[in-house]
Amino acid sequence: MDEQSMSEKSLPQDQPVTYAQVNRDILRTIAPPGKAYYLTLAVVILVLCWGAYAWSVQIRTGLGVAGYTLSVRWAVYIVNFVFWVGIAHSGTLISAILFLFRARWRTAVARGAEAMTVFAVMTAGLFPLIHLGRVWNFYWLMPYPNQRGLWVNFRSPLIWDVFAVSTYFTVSAIFFYIGLLPDIAAARDRHDCGWRSVFYRILAMGWHGTGRQWIHYSSSYLFFAALATPLVISVHSVVSWDFAMALVPGWHSTIFAPYFVAGAIFSGLGMVLTLIIPVRKLMRLERYITIKHFEALAKMILFTSMIVTYAYVVEFWTAWYSGNMFEKDTFWNRAFGHIGPLFWVMVLCNSAIPLLLFFKKICTHLGWLFAISIFINIGMWLERFVIIVGSLSHEFEPWAWTTYRPTWVEISITLGSFAWFFLWFLLFVKHLPVVSITEIKEAIPRTAREVEVATA
Amino acid sequence: MTRQTSGALGIFSDLQQTVEAIHELPKRGFPNFIVQSPIPDHELLEAIASKKSPVRRWTLAGGILGCLSGFALTIGTSLDWPMQTSAKPIVSLPPFIVIAFELTILFGAIATLAGFLFHSRLPRFSSDVVYDPRFSEGHFGIFIECDASRATLATRTLEELGAGEVRCE
Repeated sequence: MDEQSMSEKSLPQDQPVTYAQVNRDILRTIAPPGKAYYLTLAVVILVLCWGAYAWSVQIRTGLGVAGYTLSVRWAVYIVNFVFWVGIAHSGTLISAILFLFRARWRTAVARGAEAMTVFAVMTAGLFPLIHLGRVWNFYWLMPYPNQRGLWVNFRSPLIWDVFAVSTYFTVSAIFFYIGLLPDIAAARDRHDCGWRSVFYRILAMGWHGTGRQWIHYSSSYLFFAALATPLVISVHSVVSWDFAMALVPGWHSTIFAPYFVAGAIFSGLGMVLTLIIPVRKLMRLERYITIKHFEALAKMILFTSMIVTYAYVVEFWTAWYSGNMFEKDTFWNRAFGHIGPLFWVMVLCNSAIPLLLFFKKICTHLGWLFAISIFINIGMWLERFVIIVGSLSHEFEPWAWTTYRPTWVEISITLGSFAWFFLWFLLFVKHLPVVSITEIKEAIPRTAREVEVATA
Repeated sequence: MTRQTSGALGIFSDLQQTVEAIHELPKRGFPNFIVQSPIPDHELLEAIASKKSPVRRWTLAGGILGCLSGFALTIGTSLDWPMQTSAKPIVSLPPFIVIAFELTILFGAIATLAGFLFHSRLPRFSSDVVYDPRFSEGHFGIFIECDASRATLATRTLEELGAGEVRCE
């Protein structure tokens, strides 16, 4: 068994590992946690409570407590919504799309990425409610028959969002759960008593790994992956159309769908690194999540970063080439106006810093990768801020140009949403296997496998 | 899946031996048995099943239903309150395609889940399933359902085919 003090080079990652050892190593991560975990949990819950309090102030007082101005009608809440939906996409890319492409390296990170997807969509789903103000009227977004004979406006991208994000949450949750099922059965078989035994027994639903069950499982997993793949493309395209279908200069551009999808994958991969690097270290999973996995992730990050950079350049070029006064002015303002500093930080974080990943030394150094992932998270949050607030604050009419500052309510709710996400992820890492036991076992080559007769 | 649990359970520690045993058992007079495995190994599954899983039909049915529902909902509600917006037609297909697409995926996924649960006979909380906790770890199982008169023969056959341990249930 590896000791935590061993260096990366001397870890016997290439040595054969038995099925039983895989079970032991990964199920060890869901053993009862120590003080550090509870302390982290407590801090996260405190921040969440503060965010919930801020939301309660907004519900009681009204949207006036947010920093909206005459022209900036969408701000930090929508930025957060797009940010979290974007992060979710990377998880589906890794678990579903790379599954279809038979990319074997995905096994080590797929489970963590899928969990990130589900929790990110749950976080994103808070914001259409938060930004409503009169949150108790949320059901008006659903098409239900009523005595006024009213229906939702199916021509609006906001309603497409309702369907797209709801579908995305449902499909991601189903995909996540089905993938977990055999691993939950493994956890069930390791716990004989206590609340964990009941918990895993119920969740496992009686899975016993019979041949018939595996046949149906493999077939349905393939179809879930096949259904999730176009969903990934469509959901963030639909979210981008919240902006592109409007006439706002800086929003109304045909490049938005591929731009946002690439940006979503980029930001999600950044968040995957931010989560998986500490999890790997703290849960001693160095044997299963190797440097090669991080290198593969780094390559995808570099690729998507270059697509995002291309999109930035194309947007500016299109604005200039169009000769349209409003379009040109909006982009001039973006780079050199009041939003300029945020814009350049965004370019630094999203376009310049990821170029470091061209160097193998950086791609294989976890400290660098973690730092770059933080810059990506910041840069992508700023990108949505620059697009949404930057464009709205500088539309067609000069008398309506305003500067926007988020209030304490908006900042608190933003921090609360991060706490909400991390709360779910913290609960996940200690209750469910953070690496897919079944897929790791499948990847063990037969010739190298020794089978250990399990002792009690 | 069987409710009656009398028979012989062979516990194998090697995948290859299990696959060979699956091929050999019908020739030895035991065409019906249940295999349990910690992983969905390709060879193992091919040895068991001769036809594809019917879950695909559920996916197709769900997808078609979703697509039709999406168009029905959007077109139906537009005609129910035919509000003219700019020069757009009452039945505007491009935006309706987005809704229909999302519902295709949603219904397809839910139907796939339902099909998987139905064909796998899940959830199943009864304790009459023949099982060993090692099957979720590193061992494979073959359970031959038979009455007491054939149990000895079944046990011997499983042992000859490489079972490390045979239990009579």
